[in-house]
Amino acid sequence: MELIWEGLRKALELLLRLDPEVLRITLLSLKVSGIATFISVVLGLGLALTVALNAFPGKRLVIALMNTGMGLPPVVVGLFVTVLLWRNGPLGFLGILYTPTAIILAQAVIATPIIAGLSLAALQHLPPGLRLQILALGATRTQMIWLLLKEARLPLLAAIMAGFGGVISEVGASIMVGGNLKGSTRVLTTATVMETSRGNFEIAFALSFILLVLAFSVDALPINLQQRSRRR
Amino acid sequence: MSRATIFQARDLQVHRGSARVLEVPALDLRAGEVLALMGPNGAGKSTLLLTLAGLLPPTAGTLHFRGTRLHSRADRDAYRRCMTMVFQDPLLFDATVAQNIASGLKLRGLSAAERQPQVEDWARRLGLGHLLHRPAHQLSGGEAQRTALARAFVLRPEILFLDEPFSALDSRTRGELVNDLSHILAETGTTAVITTHEQGEAARLAHRLAVMQGGRIVQLGGLREVLNHPEDPFVAAFVGMETLLKGQVVTCRDGLLFLRVRKDSGDRAMVALGEAQPGQTVLVGVRPEHVALSLQTDNTSSARNAFPGTVTKVIPHGPFFKIELDCGFFLTAFVTAQSLSELDLQPGRPVVASFKATAVHLIRREGLDAQL
Repeated sequence: MELIWEGLRKALELLLRLDPEVLRITLLSLKVSGIATFISVVLGLGLALTVALNAFPGKRLVIALMNTGMGLPPVVVGLFVTVLLWRNGPLGFLGILYTPTAIILAQAVIATPIIAGLSLAALQHLPPGLRLQILALGATRTQMIWLLLKEARLPLLAAIMAGFGGVISEVGASIMVGGNLKGSTRVLTTATVMETSRGNFEIAFALSFILLVLAFSVDALPINLQQRSRRR
Repeated sequence: MSRATIFQARDLQVHRGSARVLEVPALDLRAGEVLALMGPNGAGKSTLLLTLAGLLPPTAGTLHFRGTRLHSRADRDAYRRCMTMVFQDPLLFDATVAQNIASGLKLRGLSAAERQPQVEDWARRLGLGHLLHRPAHQLSGGEAQRTALARAFVLRPEILFLDEPFSALDSRTRGELVNDLSHILAETGTTAVITTHEQGEAARLAHRLAVMQGGRIVQLGGLREVLNHPEDPFVAAFVGMETLLKGQVVTCRDGLLFLRVRKDSGDRAMVALGEAQPGQTVLVGVRPEHVALSLQTDNTSSARNAFPGTVTKVIPHGPFFKIELDCGFFLTAFVTAQSLSELDLQPGRPVVASFKATAVHLIRREGLDAQL
């Protein structure tokens, strides 16, 4: 117990005096996972809309693939992205392995199917006649898509948050393609793994605390919004 | 009705997979008329409605709105701003009543200041004035459908399509809404097409009635004409002509037909209006609302048909009771609760059923024998 209390006390100290290293790691995590999530929203939502609004042969297969993709193990993604970006791999010429860009790429691969799958479920959960009703009110196709997204805004927000929550707390891919380089690719999860293995529990606690707060707020935000809109 | 035709559909066909679910050679809508489409589930009513609304591209056929063929996507988009549709599910947006009513106007780029008076006007006309700021998900079924109607009427559509708009509501709410809708349609002179399987709803709202079966229009005509003169047994049964009897013409004189509807030939003939050859087989229909019941034959009545029989069943039927009778043939009559108690109608009770010769409807067509 001594170890835990001491660790928590030192962690609080680190947080309160805004330790520059902890701050840098936190900001990099937010930036990397934020950009990765943004890319995944563009791709995932686009894919979900395309699948939801169109009938085409093989639609069921695409939906099955999207759902399978939601469970992609980050370590497997890390392996494939590493091989892809390896010096003499297909994208080796980009020279981005062990940079934040590589982490963004890997995290986008992880988050895109999550956001696509949950967004598709959100769109498919809308009443089946809603699309025709919106068109019957005189909407253009763009207006129709906008109104559908607006109607599904809460579950869509939950989908985006699930994607962000998935990548901010992911460690396997980040460590493989980023390398946990101090001051360059060290993020909250990879730093926690390292500090724990070194026995620096106070820093590990501080980083974990930040991670917990981020994960909680990400989960709490859509729930709160949902409650508020019901009470309105 | 000599109103201008504003919409024309020709040679419409809709296929689902390899099955043909709709085939309508010709259908015109006249300005200001209300056309009701009736038919059992799966008859193609909703498919036809969606096709006319431009929301379901037909496999084949043409649509013309005010003389312009709806051909390209741009044509259909332009047409969609001239019509609107109300579905069985109100399909309101997750917003307030006022925002819902305003949604179509907003899509057309009207400013909040332009929208507000129209929204308030239509909310008031549909009895929603006190609910403007209520979130849609807190409305009752009737209020939600009123909001959907206000959202449609505020657009001043040239054609309003209504797909079974009231079938999810309880009968009292439905009655109120049908009443309000019929007033608004009359006041605004809106051209409308409504699908329903409620004959009463069609009778309250429509000028013309089309009865559909298996993706086709089996009969299309004025409301009274279709209800009172169905062209075939399916339409007759569907529009509530419950008594359908096979009869044989005995004699024909002075425009009156004397028919034998019972097997034992000695019985009284049924009298109908019409011309036919003696010996010809016809189908005879009598609507339950045209049959009067009494305890003894009333010789002073003008009803040419009076058949003694016994009550077999008493069935509550909305505001009336439906009495099933055995007069040697099956006959039904509608009576009020007052008549029910005054005549002490109950199974086994002997009564006399009478109806005028004009209430007897004859269905004559080729191949009738084979159908019966």
